[in-house]
Amino acid sequence: MKRTLAFILLLTTSTILCSSPDSIKTILEVGPEGKGNSKAAEAWSKITENADVNSLIMVFDAMDEASPIASNWLRSAAEVIAKNLEKSGQTAIDPLGEYFMDQSHPPKARRFAFELIKKNEPITAKALIPGLLNDPSPELRRDAISSLIDQASSLKKEGKKSAAILIYRQALNAAVEENQVKPISKSLKELGVEVDLPKHFGFLMRWNVIGPFDNTERKGFETIFPPEEEINFSAKYKGKEKETEWASLASSDSLGKIDLNKPFGMLKETTAYAYTEFESKSSRTAELRLGCKNAWKIWVNGKYIFGRDEYHRGQRIDQYKLNIQLKEGKNTILVKACQNEQTEEWTVQWEFQLRVCDESGVAILASNRKPTPQSEKQSRRPRRSKS
Amino acid sequence: MKTVLNLLAALSISSSAQLLNAEDWLQFRGTDHRGIADSAKLPTSISSEKNIAWKKSLPGRGLSSPIIIGNRIFLTAASTTDQSRLHIMCFDSDDGTTLWSREFWATGRTICHEKTCVAAPTPASDGKRIYALYSSNDLICLDLNGNLKWMRALMKDYPNASNSLGLASSPIIVSDTLIVQVENDSESFAAGIDLNKGTNIWKSPRTKKANWTSPIKVGKNVVAIQGSEGVSAIEASSGRILWSYGEGASTIPSSVASKDGSTVFIPSNGITALKPRNDNNTPEILWQEPQLRPGTASPIIVDDKIFIINRAGVLNAAKKDTGERLWRLRLEGPFSGSPVASKGHIYIASERKGLLQSVDLSGKEGKITGTIELGEPILGTPAIANDSLYVRSDHHLWKISNPK
Repeated sequence: MKRTLAFILLLTTSTILCSSPDSIKTILEVGPEGKGNSKAAEAWSKITENADVNSLIMVFDAMDEASPIASNWLRSAAEVIAKNLEKSGQTAIDPLGEYFMDQSHPPKARRFAFELIKKNEPITAKALIPGLLNDPSPELRRDAISSLIDQASSLKKEGKKSAAILIYRQALNAAVEENQVKPISKSLKELGVEVDLPKHFGFLMRWNVIGPFDNTERKGFETIFPPEEEINFSAKYKGKEKETEWASLASSDSLGKIDLNKPFGMLKETTAYAYTEFESKSSRTAELRLGCKNAWKIWVNGKYIFGRDEYHRGQRIDQYKLNIQLKEGKNTILVKACQNEQTEEWTVQWEFQLRVCDESGVAILASNRKPTPQSEKQSRRPRRSKS
Repeated sequence: MKTVLNLLAALSISSSAQLLNAEDWLQFRGTDHRGIADSAKLPTSISSEKNIAWKKSLPGRGLSSPIIIGNRIFLTAASTTDQSRLHIMCFDSDDGTTLWSREFWATGRTICHEKTCVAAPTPASDGKRIYALYSSNDLICLDLNGNLKWMRALMKDYPNASNSLGLASSPIIVSDTLIVQVENDSESFAAGIDLNKGTNIWKSPRTKKANWTSPIKVGKNVVAIQGSEGVSAIEASSGRILWSYGEGASTIPSSVASKDGSTVFIPSNGITALKPRNDNNTPEILWQEPQLRPGTASPIIVDDKIFIINRAGVLNAAKKDTGERLWRLRLEGPFSGSPVASKGHIYIASERKGLLQSVDLSGKEGKITGTIELGEPILGTPAIANDSLYVRSDHHLWKISNPK
């Protein structure tokens, strides 16, 4: 009996060692709508049973080519393996450190590796934080920025204005998330330094707009109006009630909001288009990040990217992250924004905020970017007109 | 050799599986979604001095309720600034010890109204596995030991199935099918998901309108799905619509069924009591009472009465069979979670101070018998198991029970 069990153990161990690459491949093959789930569960079990440090790193490495859902399978396997290694007194700090230091790995996976290191070596992890200020992982750079904010705040309280400004500016240069950028900007303003937030985030501030077209009964979202078929600034089209033509619109809003109520009046059941051109220094991947509480569609270089017919359910910076391909030179961006029929106070907004950035959220500025428009003097919204 | 392997496999399965226990609390508002645990011996007059057995720190916020299987408590949460880290935790009910925890990355949008949270839906269980859904539309299945069984990224599958205010509908299990209701302004659907594989058994379009209600079981193989248009009774295993009520319904508080499933109480025109017909024709309206208008909390049936809590935080009692209003009692609100009940007492926690209140329903009028101020926002619904009440606040999980 003992010999039989020993054989089973040996067989099982060798199966695990040989099957890890195959098991990982199985997990990488999980697809949409649950495709491959059953096989992935078997593979997950094999990977996590009796796994060693090499298996852990193999799982981390596999995240390089994994889809978001496969990454989650792998993350979960890595989490279990790491806990089992910890229980058995084994350390994976060295290979995890190697993985973490290599910025070509996915930002989320590197953050996870860092957290595993931090759990076992908190002092080492703390020492690493200042070096993460410009890390591709927003979660990793966040800690370093927080540390700088704390330092600058102390200097400010001590009355060391110049030193505080310098540290805040260093923090701002690295900050990509609104909830860090805004407080830094506020502190700098209190110290007499104005921050060009639209430029920092990479918001697109200058547009050509046309409208209003009809959106009665919310049908405008699916209706193809002329700007979806041609961009011709000298053309005039039949609008909702009268002829309409392109006009320029520049925003000075600190968070890049393009307020369509300003050129068109506070209308309801209407559709408008906004068009801009973005000169890219190179051909590259990028993200368009949109905030919008109206129904919207976006095209880049004439290609439809995504759209959503939801109205007045909330808006925030980076609400939608859209992967795009920029070509070197001129790129065209067309936004369709629809306003619906609701009349409550909180449904007045007809606006969007759009920026171009990399995967980390760092702004990509167009080579043809003009200075951020200056704020207007106490401009009031036009009164709502019937439409 | 094969026999030995089979034996090992069988042992492995039997150690992870668990027989269903009537006292388990397996889904939102309990195993039958009625919020009742009449066999539990809960404190009837709660106080912070006597009844807080333990509290446990949580890694993130959540509105989801704990679910309990035997002596294990399962709970979800979301953490990090953008709530993109999804947690599933398992605690020992005796002392709150963490037995295991798992983290995942959200694959869908995590935007929510600041009051709610990505971990808003309560997970469901069949006693063998945990099925956890989040507002990011990540649907994760683990066994009771935390082993990953399957995963769905529903927002990758259906890219516009999201709500910028956050989703909150809790999945339920009916007839060995996981019923998922995802309703919003852009891409709404209900689906029956295979418990073992995580694949769709069926998927049906639903009204494009934001909706935060949860489905309930109203028959052995029948689930009632509530939305702005009303309620549809659906065969859980096929998605086939059996009957519909089309007079509109609330999109926040959920319906509740009588214990035998013969009457469904819908937050519609106040409360509407419906009696489904055997031939699945349009159900009979037994009564409608516009004055019984629930706020965010779902109604609850205790014995022969229905109770609703209105927007002003007033508990309203009415006869279950006629809708006749009986008495009102002002509680300290506001409330986001729903009440639960045991042995003629209702338990509910207020939203801001986290004031847990026990109310005696046995007299001619309701009477508040005790309170515990937990001091943190509570937006979820308590769970009852092991003669204890489990409540999750923004930062802690609490066990409330009689002193040992």
